[in-house]
Formats: sequence, C-alpha cells, structure tokens
Amino acid sequence: MLVSVPVSISEAQSPQPRWNAASECVCGKVEVEDLSLFYGTFQALRNVSISIPECAVLALIGPSGCGKSSFLRCINRLNDLIPGARTTGRVLLDGKNVYDPDVDAFLLRKRVGMVFQQPNPFPKSIFENVAYGPRIHGVKNKSELADIVERSLRRAALWDEVKDDVYKPALALSGGQQQRLCIARALAVEPEILLMDEPCSALDPISTGRIEELICSLKEDYTIVIVTHNMQQASRISDYTGFFLMGELIEFGESAQIFTRPKDKRTEDYVTGRFG
Amino acid sequence: MASTPTTNTQGIVFKNLSRYEKRSRVKDIVASIVVHTSGIAAIVVLFFIFVFLAKDALPTFTKVGILKFLIGTSWQPEFEKFGILPLLVGSLFVTFGALVVAVPIGIACAVYIAEVSPPSFRSLLKVIVELLAGIPSVVFGFIGLMILAPLVQKVFELPTGLTALTGAVTLAFMSMPTIISVSEDAITAVPKSYSDGSLALGATKWETIRHVVIPSAKSGIVAACLLGMGRAIGETMAVLMVTGNASILPKGLVGLPNFFLGPVRTMTATIASDMGETVQGSTHYNALFAIGLTLFAISFAVNMAADLILRRGGLGKE
Repeated sequence: MLVSVPVSISEAQSPQPRWNAASECVCGKVEVEDLSLFYGTFQALRNVSISIPECAVLALIGPSGCGKSSFLRCINRLNDLIPGARTTGRVLLDGKNVYDPDVDAFLLRKRVGMVFQQPNPFPKSIFENVAYGPRIHGVKNKSELADIVERSLRRAALWDEVKDDVYKPALALSGGQQQRLCIARALAVEPEILLMDEPCSALDPISTGRIEELICSLKEDYTIVIVTHNMQQASRISDYTGFFLMGELIEFGESAQIFTRPKDKRTEDYVTGRFG
Repeated sequence: MASTPTTNTQGIVFKNLSRYEKRSRVKDIVASIVVHTSGIAAIVVLFFIFVFLAKDALPTFTKVGILKFLIGTSWQPEFEKFGILPLLVGSLFVTFGALVVAVPIGIACAVYIAEVSPPSFRSLLKVIVELLAGIPSVVFGFIGLMILAPLVQKVFELPTGLTALTGAVTLAFMSMPTIISVSEDAITAVPKSYSDGSLALGATKWETIRHVVIPSAKSGIVAACLLGMGRAIGETMAVLMVTGNASILPKGLVGLPNFFLGPVRTMTATIASDMGETVQGSTHYNALFAIGLTLFAISFAVNMAADLILRRGGLGKE
C-alpha cells in the first residue's frame, strides 16, 4: 500500500510462501533462537528460543519482571534505544535476522506494530493520531490518508463511535476507546505482527472484553503476541502460550495444553495460582 | 473502637487534648496565619508599586495628553516634547530582534539537552545554563560593548557599533537561559510513552521530536519564549550600554534596515539615564514615571499571557 516507502527486510521474498523463503527451517512467522538480553550487567532474558506461528495469538504469561515485556521489545528492537541494552542470539522475521547490521530498525518497526500497557495516544486529534504513522512513512495524499484512517478505525472497531467527529482530541476518549485508537494507529502502517504489552491492564472489564473480541478478529490477518497477567484472558484469546520465569522461557505450547496439562511443575503452579 | 462512646466524645474536645497535641494545633494556626500574611503582603506590595507609579505618572496625561505621550514621534525633554513612540519602537525592535535570535537557538538547545545529549553531559549543561542566567546584566553589557559592538561596526561598515542589532544580540544571550531552562522542563515533562508510541510506529528520533515531543510541549515552550521576552523588554543596563541611546524613529518601511543598524533608545534606558537629571515634580519627571507605567503594563500583559498559555497547556495534558 505504502508504495513510496523503500522496503529492505524481506519484501523481495514475500511473493513466495514465507516459510520457504530462507534456507533455515522457518516454521513460524518469527523464530527466536537463543535470545539473551542484557541491561548493562543485568541479564533480562536467558537463551529464549520460541517459534511464533503466523496468524495466531501467542500469549506470554509470567510474574512481573520476568522479561515478558523485554522480550516483546526485542522483536521490534525498541530495546535498542535503552542505553546499555545488548542482545545475543537471533530473532528471525520471515527468515531474516532483525539484528543483522543491514536491517533498518525503523522499517522493522513499521512491520512489527506495538500497543502499550497504558493507552498512549498523542495529544492530537483522533485523525492525526491514526494518520501519524502513514504520514511519517511518506503518505501525503489527503484522500488516501482519510481512507487509511477510516479503514484502520473500522478494523479497530472504533469507527462507529468516533466517525461523527474524528477531529476531536484523542485524549477526550475513554480509556478503552483510547486503547482501540492506539491499535488503529498501529494498524495504519500495515504491520504484519502486533505486539501487545498488557493492553487491557488499565481498562475496565467491558473495555477489556471489546479489546479481546478485537484481538480474536485481528488474528485472521496479523500475528499477535500479547503479554498478559490475566490467565483467563490468555486461555480465552490465545492459540499458544509461553510461560516466562526469571528471564527464561519455561514452557511453550498450545494454550489448551499449557492451561490444562502443563508439563513443567512451575508452569502448573503458576497457572493454578499456587505461585508466589 | 473497643472503648465506650462516652470517652470517645470526651476525647475530641480541645481542652482534653494533651499538651503536645494542643501545641501542634496552635502551631497549625500560627503557620496558616504567617503563610496567609506573606501571600497577601506580596499582593499588597505589587499594588502599592502600581499606586506610586500611577500617582507620579498620571499628571503626564493631563500635562502632555495621553495620545501625544503614547504616539508622539519625538522625545526631546529639553523642548518639552514627550512622545514615547521612538522609545516604544526602540524597545520593541530590540526585544523582537533578541527573540528572533534567542528563540530558535534556545529551543534547539533545550531539545538537545532534554532529548539528545548523553545523561552525564546533560546535568553539566543544565548547570551551565543556570549559571548563565545568574550573570549580572552589566557583564553582558561589557561583552556587548567590547566584543559585539566593534564586530557589528566592522561587518556592516558603520560609523558606530552601538546599534539596535548589537542590543538585540546582547539581549538574546541574556534571555536564552530563561528560554532554554523553561522549555527544557516542558520537553522533559512530555511523557515517555508518547515518544515510545511514535518510535514503535517506525518514526525516527528526529520525526518523533519534531512531530510528537515538541508539539506536546508547545504550551511550555511558548510560555518560555514569553518569559524570555519579559526579561528582554525589562532589561536596562546592558541595553543602555550597547544601543547608543538616540531616540530615532525608522523612516518608513525602507528605513527599517538602517534603523536596525543605527543607535536606538529604549524605554528602560531612558528612565535610567534621565532620572538623575530631572527636577522632581516636573513634566519630564512625570513622563519618566509614565514610561515606567507603560513598561509595567506591557510586562504584566506578557506575563499574564505566559501564565494563561501555561495553564491551558496544563489542562490539555490531563
């Protein structure tokens, strides 16, 4: 869609089925191999390997400070901006290591969208919030922008609530609406992967329900990785679940299995609430 | 809790309080009186400044006439001409000239300190900027007189280096610390989640600063500029030293460049240089007070504007 943007990572490979694109056996959209993350001398992630299947929802669970959010920020390289942060290992997106020196982090982040814990719309109008991403990636045409804004807001199930006045300040929306706006903002740059860092933790149950519905409909088109503290939420919306503890991925598998027949004792303790 | 209701009602009567508790209540009352008085004193002082200024200024308006005073084109006290237009224009030119230089550099500097500089360097820079704000204005005047004026004279091949431009640049350096530190605070106060949101969409650092951080800090930055302007318009000593002090009006629009490269006289400099040689109660004396009143009104308006903008910005961020 955004034709004016040069794409470097692997657009050239996309006509073929993605999993055949690289010589390495790539079964998932994102293959994380032996990933470790250090903040200075503190090791936040320890040799994490995980395969994130395409067009599915992967939930990451685990106690606070266990590295779930850090892991998310490794996928879109948002950790690059933290002084002293350093990674080893590989994160393969369609077979290409995103930490390779020839990868442009900004285009990577265009393909890997992110939604944060606290809704963080910019102090601009609803329209400007959604149009921001396409604009910085070179879309200037007004009607095209308007199209993208409407499409993204519809996709994020917010359009009907705001269509009468998309020029009103985003900060005037309710928390749940703001979070859906942030999802729309992320969708506007047409990512392939959506990272969600506890997107419902600041929302009431009704707004949470709407976001969960939205996630279920978005997984048709997007690969979603969601960090959550809510076990019920993880089991409701995710196809796969990974359990993190102290920077390690303890167990990874289909959600049904993780929540009913966990293999690891620690996973069982955590999902049954017998933990810490 | 477990005790009976009767003892409870006894317990909340003042005369039953322990000595310590009584003293604590008295201290509370005394503190509130002291704070109230100090607060009101500040307002009273401001009010009396205004009253005394107005008392000596008002005769000007009957002796000279308010219109003749405000838009009279000639300030020649020896000929009983008390038009402050040249002084007003002089002040405004020097002030706006200063802002044209100080605002872009000041904001750029604030962005550098808040967003770009490495953290260890940041604290050093902040200290230096604060130090800069503490330099007495006479020192700036010295630098303007000894370094800037000869430079301006040489570059533009002028008969004298004491010009509006020299004054504007000197004032720019004086108002910059205010602009830098207030806008730096405003930029630092922009929530990190805003820039995270922008970066996660694939924006570069510069795009994030330009389109998200600065617009979010806009009200603080505007207020910073107005505060800088307040500093510039009220500055006396440095301006007196470097602007040449000739009350001249620009000769139409084409005369503007020449005006800017020639000596000007500002309102503040006029008060400072004339006050010593006037007879108390004379028209000249009253006129100087009227200039003071005009300055008071201008800086009051500027500060009010800054305050309003800051407050509106504060509400917008909620």
